[in-house]
Amino acid sequence: MRRQAWTTSLIAYAFLAPALVLMGLFTFYPVIYGAYLGFTEYTAANLGSGEPPRWVGLENFAQVLRDPLFQTGIWNSLKYLVVVPILQIASLAVAVLVNQKLPFMAFFRAGYYIPVITSISLAAVMWEWIFQKDGFLNWSLRLLGFFNQGGQFNWLLNERTALWVIMLVTFWRGFGYYMVLYLAGLQGIPGELEEAATLDGASAWQRFWKIIVPLMRPTILLCSLLSTIAAIRVLEEILVFTGGTGGPLNSTYTALLYVYNKSLGLDFNYGVASAAGLLIALVGFGLSYLNFRINREGGER
Amino acid sequence: MNELESSPTRLGRLPEAVPLRRRAVWRKGVSITLAYLILLAILAFAAFPFLWTLAISITDKRAAGISIYDFPRSLFPPAITLSNFVEVFEKLKLGKYFVNSVVITGLTVVGTLIVSALAAYPLARLRFPGKNLIFGAIIATLVLPTETSFIVNVLTLNKLHLLGTYWGVVLPIVATAFGIFLMRQAYLAIPSTLMEAARIDGASELQILWRIMIPLSMPSLTALGIFTLVNTWNAYFWPSVALLTNEELLPMSVAILKLKGQFNYDTFNVAAGAILMMIPVLLVFVLAQRLFMRGLEGAVKG
Repeated sequence: MRRQAWTTSLIAYAFLAPALVLMGLFTFYPVIYGAYLGFTEYTAANLGSGEPPRWVGLENFAQVLRDPLFQTGIWNSLKYLVVVPILQIASLAVAVLVNQKLPFMAFFRAGYYIPVITSISLAAVMWEWIFQKDGFLNWSLRLLGFFNQGGQFNWLLNERTALWVIMLVTFWRGFGYYMVLYLAGLQGIPGELEEAATLDGASAWQRFWKIIVPLMRPTILLCSLLSTIAAIRVLEEILVFTGGTGGPLNSTYTALLYVYNKSLGLDFNYGVASAAGLLIALVGFGLSYLNFRINREGGER
Repeated sequence: MNELESSPTRLGRLPEAVPLRRRAVWRKGVSITLAYLILLAILAFAAFPFLWTLAISITDKRAAGISIYDFPRSLFPPAITLSNFVEVFEKLKLGKYFVNSVVITGLTVVGTLIVSALAAYPLARLRFPGKNLIFGAIIATLVLPTETSFIVNVLTLNKLHLLGTYWGVVLPIVATAFGIFLMRQAYLAIPSTLMEAARIDGASELQILWRIMIPLSMPSLTALGIFTLVNTWNAYFWPSVALLTNEELLPMSVAILKLKGQFNYDTFNVAAGAILMMIPVLLVFVLAQRLFMRGLEGAVKG
């Protein structure tokens, strides 16, 4: 009997081996070793000469916190959080809209999903043509009478608009994704509840805020958590739209872009980059905690 | 909820019901029309970039004075051609990048399926020491602060001499908590009497996995495969980092931006490249929409 238990364990670990080795090497080790690197001096020069990282304590953190570029990065990443509540409320509203028992709803749902399966690099290609000085956005705005031809500008090259139009693309790629998650959550709301409210004369607006939003609170918490973490870690969008410069005038320079440029882009300073990464992780944890608090308090009211 | 509690007061209005009903029908018609208008507006927002790119890609640029910024003409191509799709292969050498995408995606999908199907079996169906610890660790990867892992992964791949190879892109991304969790749920749903019968007949664990568990969890396996396929095909950041030193192996998702970054690039060809990259994903999505969305829901519940 004991022999059989031993054989079972052996088989179990043999089946688990590929996953454990790969996860250990490429998921756990980077988190632990990366945290260690944050307290060391380690650059491409050290790497080239085969020198190990040298412990320097909190020096990297002090350097990062003093760097105005990192401060700009954190500020821009925090600004990016504006997209979270807008994206979540809009996605939930869209989910409610396509959850109706009307013809063609499956078609609309599929259509709204196209941006989600569009690669970020393709999104950059397509939207850049829209944001150009002579692009579609300016043409439509002129058609609606907002602009004369002289007032036109490239939305991605204007330091007051660049970050916001990149956020618009994040919104575009995100609302179909969260819509699907909210649709799954909406299945749990009994239809009678809404019918009863409609009979009582509640408007669609009232039904949304007084019935759907409170009942969907667990899903909203989950989705805003995902969305917050994605926003504070925003990097891909900036890389594809600005080529990693964070321009114009650093107006789209985000915190993780700082890490990217310190490690692979320009400096090859792994120690400083890892320290900056740890600080961003700290901010991320703080925001997640805040998210829980806000949602719980809202639920108790 | 307060709205519901105040409902009895409304009953007092019942005698007026007849004109009210006519008005209700009219109001319902208006609200449905309004709903469809909103739905169409959102659809335009969602699909416009893709549809415009499609229009550009089939525009015959030899027609005099064509510019993609010549609105509204550029939205409805005056002359149609497929030559942009031919040119993008001839001039921009897109074929090479297409093959890279196929290889990287293929290896990742197969790798993910094998690793997940194997690892999930003992976690779902065998008893062994350390099981809960390992399962907990795998779930923990979902909340780890992984934003800077790419730095260490580049250093590791460099040490293993895998930086700038297909395997360097693929190996770090095949073992995922999502894949293992999805397969574990599928195995848990299979009745244990089937396994016991097989064991009595002398089947080994590997045979049970291969002959019983995997055939019976095909829907989940397919969902995982499709989900991985679309994600890998579209991925930008990780392949661009892992192949920083070897541009020959770049997948289309990264190459398309490099092509666009070239001085004086041909807009029509780049649009054709974008559409070519989008077609496989759209096909998969149309053919397996339901499985795909199920995979997505699983991703979050997992």
